[in-house]
Amino acid sequence: MTNTTSPANSMDPLALELCALSKTFKLGGGMLHKPQTLKAVNEVSLRVPRGQVMGLVGESGCGKSTLAKMLLGLTPPSSGDVLINGKAIVNANQKALARHIQPIFQDPYSSLNPRQRIAQIVGLPLRIHALGTPREQAAKVDQMLDLVGLPKRAAQQYPGQMSGGQRQRVAIARALIMRPDLVICDEPTSALDVSIQAQILNLLLDLKDEFGLTYLFISHDLAVVEHLADRLAVMYLGQIVEEGTREQIFTAPRHPYTQALLASALTPEPGLGVPDIGLGAGQPDPTQPPSGCAFHPRCPIAQPQCSEQTPKLSAITHASGQAFGKGSQARVACHLA
Amino acid sequence: MTDSLTPSATALQSQLTPAWQTRLWRSTLNNRSLAIGLLIIASLGIVALLAPWLAPHDPYLQDTANRMVPPFWHDTGSWTHPLGTDRLGRDYLSRLIFGARISLFIGLVVALISGLIGTTLGVLAGYFGGRVDAVVSYLLTTRLAMPVVLVALAMASLIGGSMLTVTLLLGLLLWDRFAVVARSATQQLRDAEYVQAAQALGCPLPYILLREVLPNIAGALIVVATLEVANAILLEATLSFLGMGVQPPSPSWGLMIAEGKTYMFFQPWVITIPGGALFMLVLAINLLGDGLRDLSAPGGRNE
Repeated sequence: MTNTTSPANSMDPLALELCALSKTFKLGGGMLHKPQTLKAVNEVSLRVPRGQVMGLVGESGCGKSTLAKMLLGLTPPSSGDVLINGKAIVNANQKALARHIQPIFQDPYSSLNPRQRIAQIVGLPLRIHALGTPREQAAKVDQMLDLVGLPKRAAQQYPGQMSGGQRQRVAIARALIMRPDLVICDEPTSALDVSIQAQILNLLLDLKDEFGLTYLFISHDLAVVEHLADRLAVMYLGQIVEEGTREQIFTAPRHPYTQALLASALTPEPGLGVPDIGLGAGQPDPTQPPSGCAFHPRCPIAQPQCSEQTPKLSAITHASGQAFGKGSQARVACHLA
Repeated sequence: MTDSLTPSATALQSQLTPAWQTRLWRSTLNNRSLAIGLLIIASLGIVALLAPWLAPHDPYLQDTANRMVPPFWHDTGSWTHPLGTDRLGRDYLSRLIFGARISLFIGLVVALISGLIGTTLGVLAGYFGGRVDAVVSYLLTTRLAMPVVLVALAMASLIGGSMLTVTLLLGLLLWDRFAVVARSATQQLRDAEYVQAAQALGCPLPYILLREVLPNIAGALIVVATLEVANAILLEATLSFLGMGVQPPSPSWGLMIAEGKTYMFFQPWVITIPGGALFMLVLAINLLGDGLRDLSAPGGRNE
């Protein structure tokens, strides 16, 4: 997939830029206990070029969803900056922000208000932002429902009368009706049947081309990401441990965690059983992250220095890196990579 | 099944599933307690509304020549006063009919006032959490620590009992259940993705609370409201019985029982008639509440 930079207003080629974005939560802290701090997102820096799909993968609890919430303006970051089209959004007006960035959530059963008709749900952004007359809004809702492949009749239905796939189409219509630049897809297919996942993914790709969208696609399903993403960032315990193009990550992963993730993907081949990735039970307690490299207790190739020094996310300049062409800077946070 | 978008499949689906209004109506009829409760309350409501036309006599008109006339089923009873007369010769049926107005009015207005207070506090506490929640929880525990009847009695004796004082007092006292239910229901919804979607759109706070949260906790609140209506009616009767509620000569059912208590051994109907009416009304409201709870349980409208 080539870098399809949209021709218009491409002053800044980056749709989204995160600068050392962090979110720290305070936990507990009663009369006797000291409050613990949890670094859900730890100094994440990421650049998403316009018109691309950036995949963000990682285990449950690694901070993916907290990151998404900060981008959407639902949670203020503890420190760091988010730039959308080159403009900082921290402390920005939520309404102004909503014009540029919209979410598609994981669970289509909880992302639609069960007491509102589909037309109301999809038209809500237009009503809140007072875009057009009621008649124009209704026309736009019809057009949007058509674009996401829903029959006209659906407008008068309640979410309870629809299937999961149809609901997710409604959620997509709501997210795109204001023509945002950037869409945060928080695992938009993981709650759907496998047969419907492909339909929704293809719909997302079609709409991306049609509207010139940029996606930040959060997922733990590597097959989905491989199908969709131009670039990929791998998160572990609130930090990005590796970032690169899809080809780099899938063909030559550098970080041992990325390698383990790729090895853990289930194959449809019968008789293979569940792959053993040799990482042990689970990730460590995020309130007490390990010293040095956060991954070292589970790392199969850990060295003494890994528990002492924290590796920096730095650009890779190795021989095979050139094989992926220009503009494919990869970054990895590992002493040994 | 698959994402059925083919016109024939969806047309078939719409034929098989009737509109939700029809389904709601059918499940209402199928739910016996709901149907019985609705029937009794509807007939009592009509009686209360049409009281001036339905009552055979003026409920306040004293007729000392006809005191303590027994109801029609007694040997000495007559159809001029179908349910007899009280110690001042006032027609008992007429007083019962006008009494329904007082009970229903107090029940509904108290539930409205306390519902407004409790829901507001509960939704705010559930939505914001943190300090707001701490303040509301403090108010709630303070309120729960006060015995309703005692506080209402003390206040009524200070201010002076009247229908208005009783309504306001009970309204200001009975909001606790609304607050508890609204708070926990809102807490569950606060992180619902449709609420987050509305936040991400920049919806103003009142919109989120009134249009996204409230409609989705209304089912639980309506059930609480029916229980509080019954509670308020009983408390009004209690306070009136104790002399601190509705004042004579108003035909409150509780007051009728109080006025009849000296005669209850020889003319038991003076207390069984208003007592029975009270029992029927409260039973009907509770049946309605139970039925509504069944209806609003998972399934309901978004099955």
